[in-house]
Amino acid sequence: MVKSVTNLSRSGLSDWLWQRVSAVIIAAYAVFIVGVLLANPDMDYASWQALFQTTWVQIFSFLAVLAIVGHAWIGLWTVATDYMKPLAVRFIFLAILGVTLFTYLIVAGRAIWGA
Amino acid sequence: MNNNRPVNLDLTTIWLPITGVVSFAHRVSGIVLFIGAAFLVWALDASLSSAAGFAQVKQLLAENFIAQFIVWGTLCALAYHFVAGIKHLIMDAGIGETKEGGKAGAYFTLIVSAVLFVLAGVWVW
Repeated sequence: MVKSVTNLSRSGLSDWLWQRVSAVIIAAYAVFIVGVLLANPDMDYASWQALFQTTWVQIFSFLAVLAIVGHAWIGLWTVATDYMKPLAVRFIFLAILGVTLFTYLIVAGRAIWGA
Repeated sequence: MNNNRPVNLDLTTIWLPITGVVSFAHRVSGIVLFIGAAFLVWALDASLSSAAGFAQVKQLLAENFIAQFIVWGTLCALAYHFVAGIKHLIMDAGIGETKEGGKAGAYFTLIVSAVLFVLAGVWVW
């Protein structure tokens, strides 16, 4: 049995489930944040900052960021294994992907928890 | 093997079925979202860092065409990925798994996301 060592959860079935769980979290957050911005077209800095100082918004936002990182890894890992056949090319791509997603996590996390 | 089988390798005459086009576009929109996320993360960080940063992001979104285009493109990718994802979850639940159901879901995805593309454009500009 061939086992992949670069997919998120080491199991295709588990990846399949995580992709759906994370999708639902991201979809809910997208509706939330688009709704907030649509409902407050004249948003100012004070109320924007106050929003991200609310604990449940911080939790929801950081959960969404974690979901995005996992979702993007699973999705782009799938794309990479489909189209990038030379192992070196795929490995370099996955390394860049990992560093980029880690950067998103740190910068977004800092913004959310430091607000 | 039957040597009289028709062979068609002229790629300009071979088309993916509509379900395949919608599926491939789901991947493409995911890649666009991964790239667009860089702008969104930057905007989140800048807008929460200081009043000046917030003003800078707000001014960019109000006046800079390139920034507006990036946001519109990212919103379109999000809208498409969202609708196609919901279609995916509905099919996971066993609904619309027939050939006709798949086609109907594909057209549904294209039509709803086309409407959302226009609405996103109205919002940004």
